[in-house]
Amino acid sequence: MSEKAIVCKDLTKRFGDFFAVNHISFDVDQGEIFGFLGANGAGKTTAMRMLCGLSYPTSGEASVAGYNVFKQQEDIKRNIGYMSQKFSLYESLTVRENIRFYGGVYGLSDKQLKEKGDELITKLGMEKEAKMMVGSLPLGWKQKLAFSVAIIHQPRIVFLDEPTGGVDPVTRRQFWDLIYDAADSGITVFVTTHYMDEAEYCNRISVMVDGRIDALDTPANLKQQFEAASMNEVFYALARTAKRSAD
Amino acid sequence: MRTLRLLLEKEFRQIFRDKGILPVIFIMPMIQLLIMPLAANFDVKNINLVVVDRDHSTYTQQMVTKIASSGYFHIKGYYNDYAPALHEVEREKADIILEIPAHFETDLVRENKAEVYLAADAINGTKAGLGSAYLNTILGDFNNEIRMKWLPAKAAAAGTIDVTSSNWFNPNMNYRLYMVPGILVLLVTMVGGFISALNIVKEKEIGTIEQINVTPIKKWQFIIGKMIPFWVIGMVDFTLGLLLARFVYGIIPLGSLLLLYGFLSIYLVALLGFGLLISTYSDNQLQAMFVAFFFIMIFMLMSGLFVSVDNMPAWAKMIAKLTPVTHFIDVVRMIVLKGSRFADIKMQFLYEIAFAIVLNGWAIWNYRKTA
Repeated sequence: MSEKAIVCKDLTKRFGDFFAVNHISFDVDQGEIFGFLGANGAGKTTAMRMLCGLSYPTSGEASVAGYNVFKQQEDIKRNIGYMSQKFSLYESLTVRENIRFYGGVYGLSDKQLKEKGDELITKLGMEKEAKMMVGSLPLGWKQKLAFSVAIIHQPRIVFLDEPTGGVDPVTRRQFWDLIYDAADSGITVFVTTHYMDEAEYCNRISVMVDGRIDALDTPANLKQQFEAASMNEVFYALARTAKRSAD
Repeated sequence: MRTLRLLLEKEFRQIFRDKGILPVIFIMPMIQLLIMPLAANFDVKNINLVVVDRDHSTYTQQMVTKIASSGYFHIKGYYNDYAPALHEVEREKADIILEIPAHFETDLVRENKAEVYLAADAINGTKAGLGSAYLNTILGDFNNEIRMKWLPAKAAAAGTIDVTSSNWFNPNMNYRLYMVPGILVLLVTMVGGFISALNIVKEKEIGTIEQINVTPIKKWQFIIGKMIPFWVIGMVDFTLGLLLARFVYGIIPLGSLLLLYGFLSIYLVALLGFGLLISTYSDNQLQAMFVAFFFIMIFMLMSGLFVSVDNMPAWAKMIAKLTPVTHFIDVVRMIVLKGSRFADIKMQFLYEIAFAIVLNGWAIWNYRKTA
């Protein structure tokens, strides 16, 4: 097992002559909370999809949890959790059934599913809702549930693609508590976000502009480097240099 | 195996919770099976006939009476001239004109030979063709009758060739007997084809497929997990339809039920593979729906359900042979109506197995977890 959760060198995804992701290089340590920032259309989701084994890179090198993103996608998939921009639990299944399905496909036994499921439901305070269809839950609850389900098999890394989009500030705060708990238990968190207050919660952040990574450091160092009072200003300074139009 | 079990649990729960789809799967096909065979009747009755009688003789009277009493024709009018009769056809009031020339009776008696003219409105081809054929037969009968009356001995001596035919397996030429098994196949095909075509696309649309793709679920597990529930639905639908055929139409399969279900089980695998294949190529449900509709339409029209495959041109026969539906309609009719055995339907079995392998292999190949 390598010390690094993610190693990425010159990773590139090209569609025709368009470089969605243009030679990005970075490492993420095990247990780190790594923020992945960028304007819409900067290439965050494409980069993340390559790391999750959902999309073949055009060139470059990368390994996730020690597995090669070109050849060992299925090994990667066993060792990561993923929560996409789109809500992706089954709305016509209950909370319990979703836990059972997703936990089960990662190989949890019935006994583990029961224990983990109880634990998760208690932690989220959803005892009353356990038998409700997921479709009838409010968005914030759905997102917290989706995150908890994504890490139910205790993966080495969890990828979160804008997990708190459209969620109220209180729930966002609770969501980040969950992220911290996960990081404390040793799970590496790779998260994209548009909320700069959330960026401050990360150990390190990278900012993508036009498919490149233009900045990568701790929030404090970045602010110093760009002589900015907040991450917001850092982000503006970088995003203004973009030549691509946002989607 | 455990993954597959979890997938099946999920699929069955989703299907049975979808209150909109259940009636579509189980009730609508049965209603169709109750209505369609009654309407899809190829017997041509109620042919409207106008008579242009220029002779006004006893024989013409007898002939028209014979035509009227056959039960196939309504005599809509008598005219002395062709023009008003044609006008009736133009107004869609009549389908066939029977024109009896002047001196019909005289010619018949003196020269032993007389002519009548038939003019059929061929816009409705079946009605025109069959109507003319019926009329020919009736006139032929009439001809024989009067000759027998005149010269019983001589007519017998003349020894006209009389063709007598008997219809095996469907002695009364009952169209329902022929249509019900075919329509049953059609319904199973529509339900199976559409739900399988729409299913994976639906997961694409709502985004859950991405979550599946990022799990260690294998491609074949996912596809089989989708297929088994639809396979079961197809089996249930077919069984319900067979029961309906038994109790409503009195159709009891003559052949082995085991053979029938054996063929059905392979047919369903082929059909569902086809649906899933469409699903893997489509981006949204609308697209999948149209593509599935396009193909199922071809399958239906080429399958021999309405038009006999043997009458098709060679290229159309080729297409018909390359659709799984054709073989299944064939086999269901053979087993249900003729009691055919395995040896009789071996070729169709081989075709269906080939379809199942190709379509499913293609669907699994085309479903990408990593794009």
